[in-house]
Amino acid sequence: MLIRLIDIKKSYSLPKVTIDVLRGINLEVSGGEFVAIMGRSGSGKSTLLNVIGCLDRLTSGSYFFMDIDVSLKTDNELAELRNRQIGFVFQNFNLLPRLNAWKNVEIPLIYSGVSAKERKGLSMEMLERVGLLDRADHKPSELSGGEQQRVAIARALVNRPVIVLADEPTGNLDTRSNHEIMDIFGKLNKEGVTIIIVTHEEDIASKTQRTITIKDGVCFSGCY
Amino acid sequence: MDVIETISIARDSLLSNRMRSLLTMLGVIIGVAAVIMLVSIGEGARKYIQKELGELGSNILVVVPGKTAKEGGMHMGTSAVRKLLYSDALLIEKRSSNVLHAVPVIVGTSWIKHAGKSRDTYVVGVNEDYFDIRNLKIAVGRGINTSDVDSSRRVCVLGTTVKDEVLGEANPLGASVTIGDSKYRVIGVMQKKGVALGFDIDDVVFIPTTTSKELFDTDRLFNITIKIKSPDVILDAKKDIKDILIKKHANKEDFTILSQDEMIAVMGKILNIMTSVLAGIAAISLIVGGIGIMNIMLVSVRERTREIGIRKALGAKNRDILFQFLVEAVTLSILGGICGTIVGGSLSLIIPYFIEFLPTELVWWAIILSFFFSAAVGVFFGVYPARKASLLHPIVALRYE
Repeated sequence: MLIRLIDIKKSYSLPKVTIDVLRGINLEVSGGEFVAIMGRSGSGKSTLLNVIGCLDRLTSGSYFFMDIDVSLKTDNELAELRNRQIGFVFQNFNLLPRLNAWKNVEIPLIYSGVSAKERKGLSMEMLERVGLLDRADHKPSELSGGEQQRVAIARALVNRPVIVLADEPTGNLDTRSNHEIMDIFGKLNKEGVTIIIVTHEEDIASKTQRTITIKDGVCFSGCY
Repeated sequence: MDVIETISIARDSLLSNRMRSLLTMLGVIIGVAAVIMLVSIGEGARKYIQKELGELGSNILVVVPGKTAKEGGMHMGTSAVRKLLYSDALLIEKRSSNVLHAVPVIVGTSWIKHAGKSRDTYVVGVNEDYFDIRNLKIAVGRGINTSDVDSSRRVCVLGTTVKDEVLGEANPLGASVTIGDSKYRVIGVMQKKGVALGFDIDDVVFIPTTTSKELFDTDRLFNITIKIKSPDVILDAKKDIKDILIKKHANKEDFTILSQDEMIAVMGKILNIMTSVLAGIAAISLIVGGIGIMNIMLVSVRERTREIGIRKALGAKNRDILFQFLVEAVTLSILGGICGTIVGGSLSLIIPYFIEFLPTELVWWAIILSFFFSAAVGVFFGVYPARKASLLHPIVALRYE
């Protein structure tokens, strides 16, 4: 099993109140799945994705990623895990504005210690896969939203992760770009990459194999 | 993550904010330049004084009337409690085997006149040994000799300033000048020596001591200038002189023996302290520059909170982020240090051409010290912002607007 969440809870302590965002979720995702997580805003679906992506720690419960108990890992070990096994795609792309496309793509490789020469080759290869080789030297501000998101996907894939986590990846895009992005995810999944997409669009969810619905921090459906 | 990558990230980020980086560096540049310049000026002054005093002869002791509390102090004129007499000098030369020459020096001021021109100047009574002891060279004619002294001849040796003012272009040798009420024959002109320690050595007239006794009608000496046999006997010579004079002055120590080498040492010490104090003050400005770096790094961390979040999400460890910002701070301070060294160094070299009385001496240790100090400032003031950046929670950083 790639991902196994057992009764996970996550709460944020604010000065006056404590907000329980996740209130006991049990979830399993196996390798090669294409999953959508749905839910209204504030339902906790993004928090769930952050937990799965080892960006955030649990308040209680256990999380096994590739049969590793994540709670036992140090921050540095989690950074390494994210670097090598997990690719992130964000709603607002989160590219570094000062860097051009291929320099953005190579960032994960920098942190996994790949030499500068190899980095450029691998980055270009990834840009080719998302069809943006001719845009390699453009800065994010010179690219359309769809192109920026494809650069972000190339960046997520460059270290050949086992799983790609996408948080509303099409939320800021037009319909045509939507299709492009979903096509890329579909192809990736066929190549064996596990993909989890957080979305609130039925349209997007319908293109995945399985839909998990989160309501008020608990699983409403799809969590087996 | 390798060092080259870290440095290149720092470079990119500094270049993307050129103006800000430059202004931040300016603090360090000014600090380093100030340290180097002030140390150079201090060192220059020390060398200058050593040279000037060295030119006034070596192995010299000067006995002045009156007791001063400290050794090696400056002698400020003839406010003697008791006279130092002509015979004292003769006795010292006769009795002490460590003394080569003891010259009784009488100093007064008088008008010197020739063909309607006149000048009020110092008249110094010395004997034949004085010129050698003080390294004074005769340019034209001869100096004062033994028989001039023995027979109190009315002869004089002019400093160049006096010669120019009173005689002009006329042939000085054999010219007759009036000093006080009497006529003197000019037997020589000094070589130009210039101003040493604020005193114009060329603005004097030398006459035989014996003659000056008559001119000023006094037995009282300005000082006794003593040449000792070698630097090794300085303490013995001092003891001899002390014993001889105390005995002669009815067991009272009413004089002070100054040693020129001690004076040089003391002044050197004073100048060293001064230089350190000035460099210390300049170093404070370097610290202020460091605070500037810290300030701008804190701004930079805040501005790039999202970037930090993205990098962490993509696998940057806390260490990577820490180094990235630390290297940025240190790059700022080291670049500032290099620029400051160039600015301070060039200014130190240029200053003497514009301000004549300010000699400078570029000191390598000041350059190395301020360079390393600036690097240390970068590390010291860079750690806090860098640590702050490295400890940011990835989610919090990613959500930062």
